[in-house]
Amino acid sequence: MRAAEELVLDGNAAGGVLAQIFLPDMTTVASTCAGCGAEHPIGAALLYEGAGLVLRCADCSAVLLRVVVAPGRSFIELTGIRRLAVPTS
Amino acid sequence: MAPVTPRLEWRAGRVVATRRETPRVRTLTLDVPGWPGHRAGQHVDLRLTAEDGYQAERSYSIASSPAAAQLELTVERLEDGEVSPYLTDVVREDDLIEIRGPIGGYFVWEPRSSRPLALIAGGSGVVPLMAILRQRAMHGAEITAPATLLYSARSADDLIYRTEMDRLAAADGAIRVAYTLTRSPPAVWTGYRRRIDEAMLRETLPPPATRPVVYVCGPTPMVESAASLLVQIGYPADDVRTERFGPTGGGSS
Repeated sequence: MRAAEELVLDGNAAGGVLAQIFLPDMTTVASTCAGCGAEHPIGAALLYEGAGLVLRCADCSAVLLRVVVAPGRSFIELTGIRRLAVPTS
Repeated sequence: MAPVTPRLEWRAGRVVATRRETPRVRTLTLDVPGWPGHRAGQHVDLRLTAEDGYQAERSYSIASSPAAAQLELTVERLEDGEVSPYLTDVVREDDLIEIRGPIGGYFVWEPRSSRPLALIAGGSGVVPLMAILRQRAMHGAEITAPATLLYSARSADDLIYRTEMDRLAAADGAIRVAYTLTRSPPAVWTGYRRRIDEAMLRETLPPPATRPVVYVCGPTPMVESAASLLVQIGYPADDVRTERFGPTGGGSS
């Protein structure tokens, strides 16, 4: 097994960083993959960490979202998310 | 209105007690002024700052029940880690640690659920499941649906919380705990002696027809193997929640 594969976590672990940017709890927000159309909560996406956080689709591995936290500002790319379904009450 | 997460702030938690769980695992009890409470299964981000200003952040699951007065984190030492050896071997009572949380609404259990509960743990992935089991045990009088924990570890010495788990299971007939040891089972051992497989899941868990909610937490290969076996056996994928346990934050923890 390659080292990179051992470091896969879940979108759940990105909840703290995402909470600095988004108002809703993103771990429960369902995202639709622009690549394959699968819809899963962000908490169930695959999380890779390197120079920033990269969330990938649990079904097709396409990049959904990337966050880089830099001094003074954060960069967020929603590269592969077609839709976010935000729970309302 | 969308449910809104209060913007999370770093808070200073004071270490009020430490408890050795296994040779590599320690539980830290923290007093965190202003802590808003948590749900079983959630985690915190923890931040250490070195004298030169270098900071390292990691995520750790919360071990304590939401009803407990203080927050407990159970940490396993990773040998090449930057953060975990400090937490398992260096931190002392009265030290301050910065934490941010609680975090995560996906891998959480609601005690109001009347459905059976199936918990599958690998190694220190047992920590968030212990928070769930502790909360489930507290609601034992109201909840009659069975709760089962299947816990896989390398050796008997690596089993975290074993005494407490056995006690919870002995006190409540609806709670069942099954262990499996993958490397070196002792000579006298009544649990399983292999990796989690389909037969073990079928023997230990509430059957799919009873519609249990299933939580799996452990190292990535174990989680993925268990999750696909569960779906194969007939548990709907939407009822299986997974959390991969492992180092976070740039490689090692």
